[in-house]
Amino acid sequence: MRRILAQRRWTPLGKKWLENCRAYSVPASSKVVRDERFATLDDQDIKHFSGIVGSKGLVVDKDELEVANTDWMRKFKGSAQLLLRPQSSNQVAEILKYSSSRRIAVVPQGGNTGLVGGSVPVFDEVIVNLGAMNSIISFDEVSGILICEAGCILETLDKFLADKGFMFPLDLGAKGSCQIGGNVSTNAGGLRLIRYGSLHGNILGLEVVLSDGTILDMLSSLRKDNTGYDLKQLFIGAEGTLGVVTKVAVLTPQKLPSVNVGFLACTDYTSCQKMLLEARKHLGEVLSAFEFIDSFALDMVLKHSGHRHPLPDAKEKFYLLIETTGSNQSHDKEKLDNFVETVLTQGLVVDGTIAQDNTQISNFWHIREGIAEALGKAGAVYKYDLSIPIKDLYNLVEILRERLGGLATVVAYGHLGDGNLHLNISAPDYDEKLIAKIEPFVYEWTAAHKGSVSAEHGLGFMKAHAIHYSRSPETVELMRKMKAMLDPNGILNPYKVIA
Amino acid sequence: MKVMVAVKRVVDYAVKVRIKADKSGVETSNTKMSMNPFCEIAVEEALRIKEAGRASEVVVVSMGGEQCVETIRTGLAMGADRGLHVITQDSSSLFPLAVAKLLQALVSSEQPRLLLLGKQAIDDDCNQTGQMVAGLLGWPQATFASKVSISDDKESVCVEREVDGGIETIQLQLPAVVTADLRLNTPRYATLPNIMKAKKKSIQRVTPEELNVVIGSDLEVLEVTEPPKRKAGVMVASVDELLDKLKNEARVF
Repeated sequence: MRRILAQRRWTPLGKKWLENCRAYSVPASSKVVRDERFATLDDQDIKHFSGIVGSKGLVVDKDELEVANTDWMRKFKGSAQLLLRPQSSNQVAEILKYSSSRRIAVVPQGGNTGLVGGSVPVFDEVIVNLGAMNSIISFDEVSGILICEAGCILETLDKFLADKGFMFPLDLGAKGSCQIGGNVSTNAGGLRLIRYGSLHGNILGLEVVLSDGTILDMLSSLRKDNTGYDLKQLFIGAEGTLGVVTKVAVLTPQKLPSVNVGFLACTDYTSCQKMLLEARKHLGEVLSAFEFIDSFALDMVLKHSGHRHPLPDAKEKFYLLIETTGSNQSHDKEKLDNFVETVLTQGLVVDGTIAQDNTQISNFWHIREGIAEALGKAGAVYKYDLSIPIKDLYNLVEILRERLGGLATVVAYGHLGDGNLHLNISAPDYDEKLIAKIEPFVYEWTAAHKGSVSAEHGLGFMKAHAIHYSRSPETVELMRKMKAMLDPNGILNPYKVIA
Repeated sequence: MKVMVAVKRVVDYAVKVRIKADKSGVETSNTKMSMNPFCEIAVEEALRIKEAGRASEVVVVSMGGEQCVETIRTGLAMGADRGLHVITQDSSSLFPLAVAKLLQALVSSEQPRLLLLGKQAIDDDCNQTGQMVAGLLGWPQATFASKVSISDDKESVCVEREVDGGIETIQLQLPAVVTADLRLNTPRYATLPNIMKAKKKSIQRVTPEELNVVIGSDLEVLEVTEPPKRKAGVMVASVDELLDKLKNEARVF
């Protein structure tokens, strides 16, 4: 397949970084125009920002800006002329206070691994990257409460906690790059929501900087605090449009020693649903992940990743990755054995394997977590993250497959345990004709089945227009009022979430 | 022809080990234990030999406390036919010579034509057991095998060995001892039907006394300590400073 280079010069740095990816650009500004109320940066502004963050916090280098302006999927590209790397909450406050007064639009950015174009500018918004604020502030080994700055990388936090016998209650494929501030701002769901719940439950406190530079200290680390309105919940999932998260207090669970992973093959989707029921019944309190991968997704990841097929003889349509985590290996093994025997006897699975050691466990997870990257290597990808009632979930996939025919490959996988489908359409190129067949069909179908057009990825730029498929007009109106109240000049991540 | 494979239960390869506070050894309680990776490769090779029609039975043997049964079950789940468990009070007194003597006794009662082992265990890195048991049995040995081919008449085996100088190919008369190296094969995953079948396969228990082997040890572990922590790197401010440090501290030139 020919590599298609967009009409930009690739710098050596850019080329190396983008080695295995394909270069596509969807004109972000095709339907949206720059809000001319926003100021354009001048030398005074740059001088002022330099005074706030110092020379090491000010980035104008073309190569670094190129990377920061482009999202992980290489689908959205902004034209920020300036990237700021504040080193403290005070610096963030000063940046926002000044930006508000000058009406300079800003994009808060973490690991830039978001999938809806929410972490990169649409036009020339200034990028405020939190990556330099990466200290772990404190950890209480009795309560398991961790307090850290927003720029900490998720995997780093998890490794820190592992040393102490704890774990981060969130896990996702982007863990090596994503930052906790971004996870909080997008209310990331991840692979173990089925066991540990969402960030709305695990985050005990936040420190947020508002658009006028006010530092809102809600960083309590109390398990229970019913004093007044729980405002931090507003910022969890607000995608940086209501305030910039600068510090986080999280309740972390014990890291339990006994982990088992099964990779199982099912003939049809009905079996997958019954498997979820049986898993809940037999594995109950030790179930920690329930993921599904259809055969198209498995083929895609095996082709582009070098992993081997866990079940080379199985030619089934559906595969399940089921994980248990518990405190006692022999108890869990017994539960798992009973579960496996039951589902084999009932014919719900036709084949499968249980990992015999940690290396096999990580092999199976790499397969599941590598699908997104594999899709990126395969060409253009249209990504949809939908919450659909579990019984209807796969119908959309089959309908879409028929609708698109040979135009594209429809690939499906996701957190079946949460009713969350990751629907991906893979084509050699981005194509207006193709997208016309997909949208708004996918959104309309989801709305008709009372689902959500964004289960966990958020709205960002990509779905800013799509909120009405899943929220009532009254709800959206109230959201607009809150936004106007908290960000009167509209400088925080404009053009996103609510268009 | 019968193939016997010896397997060892060790701390899982992917686990970050800790030393016990009294420095007597590595912390194994509450730590994930699995089959030694080289032993897994040996089991895989035995299964392939059977699938190629060169062997009729694969027997998996392990030695130690009760938990060894899990490791034997893994071998059975991969496809081995039978298990043998030599029960000892605890696994920590089983040094290679003791294991070799026990294997010698088992070989004389089971009469396999091929004894497969991993080249070494990842906990002690001894790389001795295969060699010792071959010596005790008076059998030819091929260690660090990267390819194993049993002859059509099942009288000899051709083995490619990974040695420092390259690959050495030797032919041995059966019965023989072969130890497996990393590139010999990629072990299969244990599939559900085999995992279920494995529960019904027999694991015979036997004690060292029944085998007439006295387990003593000529080795005493004095102390186990962590290697010294890597020193942090030093940031230099200029090329001149770098040159100065290279010359005067690292004494590179």
